[in-house]
Amino acid sequence: MTLSEFIAALDALSADAPARVAAASTIDEWTAVRTALVGRQAGQLTAIMGTLGQLPKEDRREAGQRANAIKVEIEAALDARHAELVAAASASGPTIDPTMPARATWHGAVHPVSLVIDEVVGIFRELGFTIALGPEAEHAWYNFGALNFPADHPAMDLHDTLFLDGGQQQVLRTHTSPVQVRTLQRYRPPVRVLAPGNVYRRDFFDPSHAPMFAQIEGLVVDEGITFADLKATLTHFARRFFGSASTGAEGAAGSRGERRTRWRPSYFPFTEPSAEMDVSCGVCDGAGCAVCKQSGWIEILGSGMVHPSVIEAAGLDSERYTGWAFGMGPARTALARHGIPDIRILYDSDVRFLEQFAR
Amino acid sequence: MNISHDWLSRFVPHGRSPEAIRDLLTAHVATVEGVERLRADLEPFVVARVLESERIPDTKLSFNKVDDGSGTPLEVVCGAPNVTVGALYPFARTGTVMPGGELTIAKRKIRGFTSNGMLCSAKELGLGEDHAGILALETDAAPGTPLLNVLDAGDVRLVVDVLPNRPDLLSHLGFAREVAAITGVKLQPPDELADLPKVPAPVKGGAAAGLTVRVEDQDGCPRYGAAVINDVTVAPSPAWLKACVESIGSRSINNVVDATNYLLHGFGHPMHAFDRARLAQDTIVVRRATSGEKLVTLDGVERALTPEMLVIADAERATAVAGVMGGRDSEVTDATTQIVLEVASFDARRVRAARRALALSSDASYRFERGIDDAALPEMLALGAALIAQVSGGHVEALLHVGRAPAARTPVALRPSRVGQLLGDDVPADEVKRLLKSVGFTVTPRAADSDPEAAGDPVGPVDEWNVMPPTWRHDVTRDVDLVEEVARLRGFDRLPDALTGARPGTVPDHPLYTSSMRVRDALVAQGLMEVRPLPFTAGADAGDSVNASVGASTGAGDATGLVRVANPLADDEPFLRDSLLDTLARRAEYNLNRMQGNIRLFEVGTAFTSQGSRLPREEIRAAALVMGARRPPHFTEPQPPAFDEWDAKEIAGVMARAAFPGATVTLVGEDEPFAEESAARIRTAYGLGPAAIWIVLAGGTTIGRVWRIKLDAPVWASPAFGVEITLGRMDNAHVAPPGEHAHDAAKAQSPPAPVRFRPLPAMPAAEFDLALLVPDSMRAGEVEAALRETGGALLERVELFDEFRGAGVPDGMRSIAWRLTFRHPERTLRDKEIDGRRAQLLKTLEGLGVRPRSA
Repeated sequence: MTLSEFIAALDALSADAPARVAAASTIDEWTAVRTALVGRQAGQLTAIMGTLGQLPKEDRREAGQRANAIKVEIEAALDARHAELVAAASASGPTIDPTMPARATWHGAVHPVSLVIDEVVGIFRELGFTIALGPEAEHAWYNFGALNFPADHPAMDLHDTLFLDGGQQQVLRTHTSPVQVRTLQRYRPPVRVLAPGNVYRRDFFDPSHAPMFAQIEGLVVDEGITFADLKATLTHFARRFFGSASTGAEGAAGSRGERRTRWRPSYFPFTEPSAEMDVSCGVCDGAGCAVCKQSGWIEILGSGMVHPSVIEAAGLDSERYTGWAFGMGPARTALARHGIPDIRILYDSDVRFLEQFAR
Repeated sequence: MNISHDWLSRFVPHGRSPEAIRDLLTAHVATVEGVERLRADLEPFVVARVLESERIPDTKLSFNKVDDGSGTPLEVVCGAPNVTVGALYPFARTGTVMPGGELTIAKRKIRGFTSNGMLCSAKELGLGEDHAGILALETDAAPGTPLLNVLDAGDVRLVVDVLPNRPDLLSHLGFAREVAAITGVKLQPPDELADLPKVPAPVKGGAAAGLTVRVEDQDGCPRYGAAVINDVTVAPSPAWLKACVESIGSRSINNVVDATNYLLHGFGHPMHAFDRARLAQDTIVVRRATSGEKLVTLDGVERALTPEMLVIADAERATAVAGVMGGRDSEVTDATTQIVLEVASFDARRVRAARRALALSSDASYRFERGIDDAALPEMLALGAALIAQVSGGHVEALLHVGRAPAARTPVALRPSRVGQLLGDDVPADEVKRLLKSVGFTVTPRAADSDPEAAGDPVGPVDEWNVMPPTWRHDVTRDVDLVEEVARLRGFDRLPDALTGARPGTVPDHPLYTSSMRVRDALVAQGLMEVRPLPFTAGADAGDSVNASVGASTGAGDATGLVRVANPLADDEPFLRDSLLDTLARRAEYNLNRMQGNIRLFEVGTAFTSQGSRLPREEIRAAALVMGARRPPHFTEPQPPAFDEWDAKEIAGVMARAAFPGATVTLVGEDEPFAEESAARIRTAYGLGPAAIWIVLAGGTTIGRVWRIKLDAPVWASPAFGVEITLGRMDNAHVAPPGEHAHDAAKAQSPPAPVRFRPLPAMPAAEFDLALLVPDSMRAGEVEAALRETGGALLERVELFDEFRGAGVPDGMRSIAWRLTFRHPERTLRDKEIDGRRAQLLKTLEGLGVRPRSA
């Protein structure tokens, strides 16, 4: 081995190395190239340097310097290439199968009846209503007497009542209207409240009846409150809550879009005048379809001007104060909007039902 | 209430379609829930015009070209002699089912001619007996028009929802009055009553034509009218009467019974016909039933009577329950020749009590309970007697009346300006007056000096009216009732509906609503699902239920503390729950039965506890039940661990902090002494069973518990854990006595204290771990308390991060490891200081029998 042979071997490696380093396109390939070039066991440069001892003594110094220079050169190229590869790898991230599922947590759910209540509450909050509550087990006076129910009259038959063991004076409230009287007794007008809560009727469990169900009561009492206020507020609510009709067809009244309300005379002992509000069917826009049973209208709520007897039962002057009230059943709305065929599903609490409303 | 469109039209010839009447009644009177065509079988028939017609030789038949509106003339063979070119006839297309349902019109060949349908006679359509020829239609409707649109063929029944305040609407007359008022068409007596026989003038007193009437209970029967009708022939009703009775869905029985039903549904007054021959001693006594008295009613059921019930009796025994139902013995039969017709007034409450006690509702009791038009009684008696005489061929022997005329009615005072004020619309006084008069009210000015209050009014006399309701209206007692009359007759739709501003209310949100919503949102964020189940429970008898342990909460007298429903829907669930976990446990079992084992349910609802004779104690509580996988499976964790106690402990903390923001929440072992209440007291007060794991405290007050829930569960089910906390008590005391308020007692609410900012640390912390051997007799909390106490003010955090038993740990001990973080607010802690604290801590622990694991 002569110095010139040694240098020729170095030069050949030096000429070849940059292309081989550049050709490494992954970290694994790079590692292989590095091992082949400068690996301590089988590296080509290591092999060349292993022949250093065969050179004449006087040439060894120069040969060693040349070899070191080449080594620095190659390692610099390797380092640069490694940095490039690492940068490229971290830019694209590790290789994963993007179709694999996320690591999920359980998703909680709000009951569909609560969803309706929340939505109603939200709309009335914008109009300055706050939330009042009352007990579910009530004195008969709050449930009936204060609400102007004539004693022992067929009007009572509309409220098939569950009584407590304590006697006829203790009832499970048949409606949320007792909260009207409790609120008026407690707070000075103006009163603008919404009272959601559970109510009880002696109705057997069947696809459309339940012995306990949610109701939402609304109450406004102040000086100068009129039926026009009632109508305006509840019409506004209906339009906000139900939105526009979904049909592309021309409705019965030809007024595509905004939902219309209809008012029918009704009877509740605690309101006078009393009226029920229907909203034009969102499917057919009043033309009549299966959803609205061909009537063109969906029944939404009962309402009326607070009866002066109720105002007086709460110790207020019925000449000075007037008001209006309404009551609606969110369960029926929930059934209709989600297409749930049987009210009992709302109570069964089957997790496969509840999961359908997960957030 | 069923209303016949034909019958109504005879009272008031309004000339409107059933649909128009439906809309009119729904908008102004009462909701019409259905419009039923009694001749729906005629719906497929159409109007057709004969275009060409020629005789088929040697037959009575004609071969015709008919326009049925389809665009292509149809060839039709017809056997009628009166086919006229250009005329319009009822036409059955092929496929039409003829009335009766036995014949379907098909395309067929007759004498070599094709026939594609049938021109129909009146008889074929069930519209009369005329079969001489096809029915010529007097109309200018286009061919193809549905026959029912052009022909007054078959009645239409309107099904109306009459509410309890309007008994005056329980008759055709009642609706006719309203239709007359709204359309302006005059009310008239129906044609069928035009030629009734004359009846004798009524006798005042209890005897006429041999009949004796004695009213022993004047309160129960203020007025009793009777007619004696002789020589009657009980037979099928004439066609018009039969049609009337059937038009409202009743069955025609015989001429006498049908006549009473005609008057009930036509005029709203219940009547009853007795077979006079069956009345012992020709006597009627109106009295209380005697104890133990029995009566077989018309429906064939023997009824046990009580003295609360009013009966119509003969000289010997009861023969009808007054106002409810007649007796079978005195029923009118084919053999009856003499009739006593009863038209009376019975006390509404007495009728109601009898109806309820006997569970026997009838058209009569329905009307008496709601109120009849007493003033019309004499007129009704005369009308009823005359009608029965006419349809049965009998003659009216005598009419008699016992009792008093109805009490004078009091007028309702109305300021006409109040109408517009309450409705929020300009309603002129003239319009108010016109509308009230249209439905029978009389309006007279109220003299200012007749009213002392008005006379003393410094503003001067006000414009005020006396409004007298008609005798058939019992629902109008205050001025607002008159406002309703005006509002509905004008139409609610006419009122303005522009939204205007309003003063803000004085009522704060109920604090239990806001805390309920916070807890609900927190639990939903934890992945739990809200339920709204029924709150009824079987109670402690259910054995395995949570009740058995949770049940005996406060124990106020009742052995279980549960509230019983006096008239429960289901005998096996007569109680109201006193724990929401009871309900959640049943819902969990429901899911397990459906092979659903991953259950994460919560409810915010009411728990009831008996307070003896007072209303139950009501608490708004939040409860959660979890079991099954803690997380959904993932390919990185195919078998996620199941929920355990430590998940339940976290859920309890989340619930408590959401319910009581700002309060310090602690969970202590159920058998562990703690600051405020001794374990013994808690156990007694709350009846904690062995299943309770922790007691939840907020701000030092017990608010709930964490439980292991025992379920009726299949073997594959994971253990279940429950948390229940009380958000607060729902006040159910009277706010104020009836007729009073308690406005001054209303307390203003202050917002919760805000979170105080702590300065962020500026100096580095020093951390070290302590792995300690803790004897089994000792709890981690005791060690931790000692660490905190000895660690001093600079000990920022103590974190338990490991528990280990096994190799290297002696029996009767466990190794627990804590990470301690120290920090000085102003400088870096020196190594020497840290080592010093470590040594001090170990020294303290040694005194407790705890040593480091490594040593």
